[in-house]
Amino acid sequence: MADNDSEATSNQILNAMEGRVQAYPDPHFLGLRIEPADLPGLLLYLRDQAGMNYLANLTATDLKEEFELTYHLYAIPDNGLKMAVKTRVPRDGAQVPSVITLYPTADWQEREVFDLMGIRFIGHPNLVRVLLPDEYEGHPLRKDFKKEG
Amino acid sequence: MENLFVNLARALSVWLQHLGLSPFGSDLLLLVLQWTAIILIITLNVLILVWLERKISGFMQERLGPNRLGPFGCFQTIADTLKLLTKEDIIPSQTDRLIFKTAPMFFIIVSVLLYAVIPMGRDMAVVDLNVGLFYFISVGSLTTIAILMAGWASNNKWSLLGAMRSVAQMISYEIPLAFSLLGVVMITGSLNLSAIVAAQSHIWFIILQPVAFVTFFIAATAELNRGPFDMPEAEQELTAGAFTEYSGMRWALFFLAEYTNLAAVSALAATLFFGGWQGPLLPSWIWIIIKTYLIMLVFMWLKWTFPRIRMDHLMSLSWKVLIPVSLLNILVTGVGIEIFKGMRW
Amino acid sequence: MFKTDRYIINIGPQHPSTHGGLHVEAVMDGEEVVDVMVHLGYVHRSVEKIAESRTYPQFIPYAARLDYMATNLPAWGYVGAVEKLTGVAVPERAQYIRVIMGELSRIASHMMFVGSLAIDLAATTGLLYCLRDRERIMDMFEMTSGQRLLSAYMRIGGVSHDLPEEFFPAIRSFLADVPRMLDEYNGLITGNEILQARCSGIGVLDPETAIAYGVTGPNLRASGIGYDLRRADLYGFYDRFDFEVAVAQKGDCLARLLVRLEEIQQSAKIIGQALEQMPEGEILGKVPKVLKPEKGREVYHRIESAKGELGYYLVSDGTEKPARLHVRAPSFINLMVLPVISRGGKLQDIIANIATLDPVLGESDR
Repeated sequence: MADNDSEATSNQILNAMEGRVQAYPDPHFLGLRIEPADLPGLLLYLRDQAGMNYLANLTATDLKEEFELTYHLYAIPDNGLKMAVKTRVPRDGAQVPSVITLYPTADWQEREVFDLMGIRFIGHPNLVRVLLPDEYEGHPLRKDFKKEG
Repeated sequence: MENLFVNLARALSVWLQHLGLSPFGSDLLLLVLQWTAIILIITLNVLILVWLERKISGFMQERLGPNRLGPFGCFQTIADTLKLLTKEDIIPSQTDRLIFKTAPMFFIIVSVLLYAVIPMGRDMAVVDLNVGLFYFISVGSLTTIAILMAGWASNNKWSLLGAMRSVAQMISYEIPLAFSLLGVVMITGSLNLSAIVAAQSHIWFIILQPVAFVTFFIAATAELNRGPFDMPEAEQELTAGAFTEYSGMRWALFFLAEYTNLAAVSALAATLFFGGWQGPLLPSWIWIIIKTYLIMLVFMWLKWTFPRIRMDHLMSLSWKVLIPVSLLNILVTGVGIEIFKGMRW
Repeated sequence: MFKTDRYIINIGPQHPSTHGGLHVEAVMDGEEVVDVMVHLGYVHRSVEKIAESRTYPQFIPYAARLDYMATNLPAWGYVGAVEKLTGVAVPERAQYIRVIMGELSRIASHMMFVGSLAIDLAATTGLLYCLRDRERIMDMFEMTSGQRLLSAYMRIGGVSHDLPEEFFPAIRSFLADVPRMLDEYNGLITGNEILQARCSGIGVLDPETAIAYGVTGPNLRASGIGYDLRRADLYGFYDRFDFEVAVAQKGDCLARLLVRLEEIQQSAKIIGQALEQMPEGEILGKVPKVLKPEKGREVYHRIESAKGELGYYLVSDGTEKPARLHVRAPSFINLMVLPVISRGGKLQDIIANIATLDPVLGESDR
């Protein structure tokens, strides 16, 4: 994915975000890393200027010290670009701005991350559990979740 | 053979009077016997019908249908009935118990009453009412009240919705049903079903009144709550609609009544449009059975082929299509009768 | 007009036409739908957590049970993701076999779709016709893997068994019969006046909303966007086959049905070509006994499953078990538009909408 086209786009994005974005190497994706607070700004830029109108996947990984959220972006119709936007949040009181206003598809995906990983999405209008029962305690996909039974 | 049942009844009546019963008493006793016979026939008929419907739907869907009990699975319904009879009688706690219990009984009684006026052979109507057709339509519409009772008493949203649908459907389809029959009545000049049958000795009314038959058939399907108009039950949307909370024999009574209705309406269709009990060679009561069964087969064929119509489409079909068409049919029939009279004269 | 009270109706989780444990809460005004809320999780098996305690090959059967209506496709997606992560090469013959089995699964899933739409609209016979034809696909799965519904047939680096001798006449006669089957569905189901009245103009999903909500697969293509990962992402040799991406324009329930019917035809075409082109050779590549991808490597691999974009996000921590597996389930995302397309419709339209969005709860709840 390291052809001239995507490199040019990458540079454009890095310039537009004025140093708030770092590129990271990935064999398949154009990888971008950003602070949580700047995430909606970057996604707004990517959606409106780079044409990445399709948020395919939104998920989180427990890195033991902190959580890493990954957003996989594509364009419909396909424009040859694939982007992965990553952001890290500390474990304690983990929270990120919600991107539901930019991508309505983030609605349940954010709820799922909240449900299973326990990351709060600021600005989500209905942040309740989606898969587990409402009264469930704990977030199973965290590495320190105690498995029983 | 032809007058088997009529002669039997006459002989019985004479014998009873010999025993010293007054003519009134013997008539009364005979009436009781006749009703018992009808109820027995209906129940047996439903046993056959359920089996037939399952077999036919199996045939249409390229599967076998019931095939375990008896030859071709023909005892399956008997086993099912026994199972239903022995099931625990569950009445949910939130129901209106009295209405909940009476609804199935009401339904089955109304269905059985329909048979009173149908001529089931030459001189074989239980009560030969001179407003027989009117009686049939008015009693037939009472079934909706039973469904409404069931839906209301169940105290369940699905049931209530099913009951409401049933009422809306009845109000809409009663009108084209009655209107489409008016054409037949106009030609015959009588509401007596025996007279209508007699009027068809030369030509069946299906040939004189094809439009009326089509509108009648559609409206009757809706009246019977059968697919594609099975709105009150609507398994896929309303789970079982008005009958959701019923189980065991109470539920079976609804089932029984629906099939009873089906047979009654089919017999009415045969009487009005296909010459009733008239036919060559075979005795009259066999002819009406054959015709009724053939019409019921068409009802089954429809049910197992079509998807369910949507509620608002159902309404617009009745008010925007069936009612105008049946009104037009009355007009055309009236004009036709006048022309026919003029030609003769 | 009368003023009526609003009331809430709970469709499911136990209901004849929710395709599993789906709970739809509908706020109704008479027969009109005011709002719809979807509650998930009744079939949640914590598959993603299980994956963290299984080695990479051990997870294949779990993946095959995600979308149990098209069992080979989720399994293929998973092994594809692991192959991308570890760099295991797949022999050519195995790729062709995967295409054949994957497309058969797609046909099976779409047949189930057509049948379940028919029965959800109360045309019981339609379901039985579709099941009858799907049965032949199940028989073929049994020939190849010994399992009918949930064949964990895919392996990392290939497939578990080569295609047996009796498979070829079976699939040839099946492909020859596909046009006749479609004719039958068109006559009995698509061509039915009542079905058309219940489907056309119902649950309209416009292309902008579809993209915004991340709707993919046949549901997106029914809204007029020819976005197909078999074309956009080029996995599994799909560039070697001549097929068309089925598209319909209106975005209503009928369009969603027509797209699936067209896709059955196109999948049959792909299988025919794959059978022609398939070379002899190995069916399993060289796979190390223990798979240990480099620490910190991650991959997002997506395939066009029968329901839409099925993505696997895998993160390795250098051990033989993944540090994180996330399934981007198309059924889960597609269900999100159910409230959007159901509002303002009738109660019966909700049923048609659920049926045409074609969710598989095993996949959406994971």
